[in-house]
Amino acid sequence: MSPHSITTHEHYLNAGYGPRSWLLTTDHKRIAILYMLSITFFFFVGGFFAFLMRLELLTPDGDLVSAETYNKLFSMHGITMVWFFLIPSIPSVLGNFLVPMMVGARDVAFPRLNLLSWYIYVVGGLFTLAAMIFGGVDTGWTFYTPFSSTYAHSNVIPVVIGIFILGFSSILTALNFIVTIHTMRAPGLTWFRLPLFIWAMYATSVILVLATPVLAITLAMLGVERIFGVGIFDPALGGDPLLFQHLFWFYSHPAVYIMILPAMGVVSELITCFARKKVFGYRFMAFSLLAIASVGFLVWGHHMFVSGQSAYAGMVFSALSFIVAIPSAVKVFNWAATLYKGSIAYHTPVLYGFGFIGLFTIGGLTGLFLASLALDVHVHDTYFVIAHFHYIMVGGAVMGYLGGIHYWWPKMTGRMYPEGWAKFAALVLFVGFNLTFFPQFILGYLGMPRRYHVYPPEFQVLNVLSTAGATILGIGYLIPFVYLIWSLRHGKNAGRNPWRATGLEWLTPSPPPVHNFDEIPVVTGEPYTYAGEEEQRE
Amino acid sequence: MSEERALVAHQFETAAQQRSAATLGMWVFLATEVLFFGGMLMAYTVYRVMDGAAFARASHAQNILLGGINTAVLLTSSLTMALGVHAAQEGRRRRSVLMLSATMVLGALFLGIKAVEYSQKFAEHLVPGVDFRYAGPDAGAAQIYFILYFLLTGFHAIHLTIGIGVLAVIAFSAARGRYTSAYSTPVEVAGLYWHFVDIVWIFLYPLIYLIQVYR
Repeated sequence: MSPHSITTHEHYLNAGYGPRSWLLTTDHKRIAILYMLSITFFFFVGGFFAFLMRLELLTPDGDLVSAETYNKLFSMHGITMVWFFLIPSIPSVLGNFLVPMMVGARDVAFPRLNLLSWYIYVVGGLFTLAAMIFGGVDTGWTFYTPFSSTYAHSNVIPVVIGIFILGFSSILTALNFIVTIHTMRAPGLTWFRLPLFIWAMYATSVILVLATPVLAITLAMLGVERIFGVGIFDPALGGDPLLFQHLFWFYSHPAVYIMILPAMGVVSELITCFARKKVFGYRFMAFSLLAIASVGFLVWGHHMFVSGQSAYAGMVFSALSFIVAIPSAVKVFNWAATLYKGSIAYHTPVLYGFGFIGLFTIGGLTGLFLASLALDVHVHDTYFVIAHFHYIMVGGAVMGYLGGIHYWWPKMTGRMYPEGWAKFAALVLFVGFNLTFFPQFILGYLGMPRRYHVYPPEFQVLNVLSTAGATILGIGYLIPFVYLIWSLRHGKNAGRNPWRATGLEWLTPSPPPVHNFDEIPVVTGEPYTYAGEEEQRE
Repeated sequence: MSEERALVAHQFETAAQQRSAATLGMWVFLATEVLFFGGMLMAYTVYRVMDGAAFARASHAQNILLGGINTAVLLTSSLTMALGVHAAQEGRRRRSVLMLSATMVLGALFLGIKAVEYSQKFAEHLVPGVDFRYAGPDAGAAQIYFILYFLLTGFHAIHLTIGIGVLAVIAFSAARGRYTSAYSTPVEVAGLYWHFVDIVWIFLYPLIYLIQVYR
């Protein structure tokens, strides 16, 4: 046990009190906490929109909200969840907290830039939030032209400005991570001794740096078209709507990997720690992250199979999309191989890890349905697509995020969460999630289109099931929200390393001191040396 | 040595580490910038492939002479920037301040000439969305040409303005003797940015002005 007790040693949480010490901090750990509070707020905002949508879809008729309001609900749900929760979730919270500690550094390379990125996030978020409160936006999160640029009567411009601003926050965080990982690794910490979480953060950061500016300029051109009424994307004004879709998806498909790669990094840490085994195929795991990140840049056209792009382009994009499945499958098999003959300790974080593997596999395989040209014509723009990407984004990314939050909660706060309640919540979330989204696969396959607030009566049973599931899911999210706050005061003292995990972040006291390490550690071996426990026995 | 250590921020172990971090940070930022301009150049490529003849005809409205002078001005500013960085690395304070100031003046001259060109476009009714009257069979494609002209050169001008502001801060610090032969990273990093802005123009000049000559 650590000689430190949470109340006596000096750490980043008791190093200063009051708003100034938080709002002007350059400590990566405090910035992570600021991010955690902000994205949690936006998560519940986005969840509220989803809740209203599921309530409307309880009955076939449009009896709760009008079609216009429903359009605004799904648009604002998507915008909030994608840009203000999912994209910053693991990188900005867990990444900010862990990247410097995992590489054995005292902070990120540019601490003030790091704080600036949070402020940019807040400004972009408040801009968007204000635009939503004062009228909302009804274009869908995809802002397809010419509807968004010419015909929509909602607050397109303020929302677009908010997202444009937010993009710089993503870029600055990613830039910080890339530079930190390149230049600030502890002595002896070579690239192939890095934890897989760092590889995941690196791959994610590369995507953020290269894709986000394209979104920014695309939204800027959309804004110019809308404000000045000149044709860039509107065919009636001489523009090309397909160009908008190409540019938009050049960002927005890699954005899916921005969400899932960090979760893969988290799950790799969880699985190997709780299986008490070295991760299977470390190099394959690292390279498959990079492979997903790079091939992921070349598949955006699979969103446009029915948009009128050339059939040959469609075939190429389809083939490339299938290729992404290979490194993804490598990861799933390697997690399974890591678990094989491991001595698995069933703590909450690994339960989320299991949830991730199962749900990501379903989400990934249904992605192959959608990447098939002919099949996509049938299920395009139906609930099948909705179910598919929620299995990736909620079943994958959010499960990974929650697993990571539980795993590193003792490190972040010095307190343990209540294990019983946490297991219960993980179970509730798993059941609620599947009940919400599995019926949507069937609905979509039967032909229910997305983005309508009314539907034929024969779809009601499945919709009622989905709404019931969403209610369970909502409760499932509230339980950790409550017990994690409770644990801040009443949780057991965690000690330095409650999971007996490897990794430099566990060498520090919990919570870590302001400068992380008294002495910069020297790394002498590979990561995940859990294998010792097995081999020593033999 | 202790003086050198005082210039190393707390998160770094050595001055060399700090320097490589700052340099890499700017390169990564420039990668972002390439993709930012890349989105507009993509749009330019698509529309020029669709109607290249119309783009060439529309480009006759550009003043090649002014554009050419501006190209020379900006290239010269890259030279003075490089000399300024070199002087800072050698610890020659007066010379580096002089060169950085010359760079800023040339940048401002570029913006001034650009402003003259913009005002000519207004006078000739060639500003899409504000005042656009184009006599020709392909007014639609010409309008897209001018939209992209204003977007590309406008964003370039914004970058240049930011560059002048950055150099103002750097030159001020240089005048106060902040940079020595042991520590001149900020000047080098600002130089990287300045050269990038210059290179963007090297692409824009032929794409906007020279297509009429080529045809």
